[in-house]
Amino acid sequence: MNLFLLNTLLAIAWSALTGSASLMNFLVGFIIGYAALQVSNFQSAREKYFRRVPKTISLSVFFLRELVLSSLRVAQEVLSPKMLSTPRIMRVPLEIRDPNQILVLTSLISLTPGTLVLDVTPENDAMIVHTMFVEDPEAFRREIREGFEYRVREAMS
Amino acid sequence: MLSEILTIVLLIAGSFFGFTAALGLIRMPDIYTRMSTSGKAATLCCGLLLAAVAFLFEDIQITAKAVIAILFLLITVPVGAHVIGRAAYREQVKSWEGTKTDGEE
Repeated sequence: MNLFLLNTLLAIAWSALTGSASLMNFLVGFIIGYAALQVSNFQSAREKYFRRVPKTISLSVFFLRELVLSSLRVAQEVLSPKMLSTPRIMRVPLEIRDPNQILVLTSLISLTPGTLVLDVTPENDAMIVHTMFVEDPEAFRREIREGFEYRVREAMS
Repeated sequence: MLSEILTIVLLIAGSFFGFTAALGLIRMPDIYTRMSTSGKAATLCCGLLLAAVAFLFEDIQITAKAVIAILFLLITVPVGAHVIGRAAYREQVKSWEGTKTDGEE
């Protein structure tokens, strides 16, 4: 986290020095600061940070793609005259145990249209999910495990 | 020019998802499917509209406010949806008769 702060400070300094406080310029400063930090020497904290930033970006891109795809699926469902969906309430086992990671995971799943996390077991080992378009529960469990869960763990641990 | 086209595309897409969200609220058979179709599509709708505003004005203050509003939406909407869904689930609100369960609830 300290490196993130430093990176932000470098981006602010870049904006101030170039005399323009636009979003684009700030982003340019952030990227330059990121590169500068990468070549400089902070052995202890740096590895974690430089591993995390690409993973976090990968998680965000993955999530945005899921969001748009399933929104279109839901829109199709709402606009079609017949019920096409196959609603299902199912239990999905969790591999991650850290409460913060579970919070992020359930939020991402709930934000994706068509799926809604109804409950998490008290032992934090499974969640109850309501889904609208799942034909095969096993395939859905695998998708969660290898898609969302894997990426959340990579980005946050 | 480019940002105007982007604004128009974002506005149309946002309005489309807002429309389907409203329609889903009327058309879906039970509380769970309603939560699924309306809440999330509304998030996407608001996000797209806010992004359109940011692109239209290209002003740092407005962009910052739009980004913060989108972030807060992304934090609060799933928590609200989860709490409403959990309340319904724990109170055993009836789901649509076509809903399948695992048998191990």
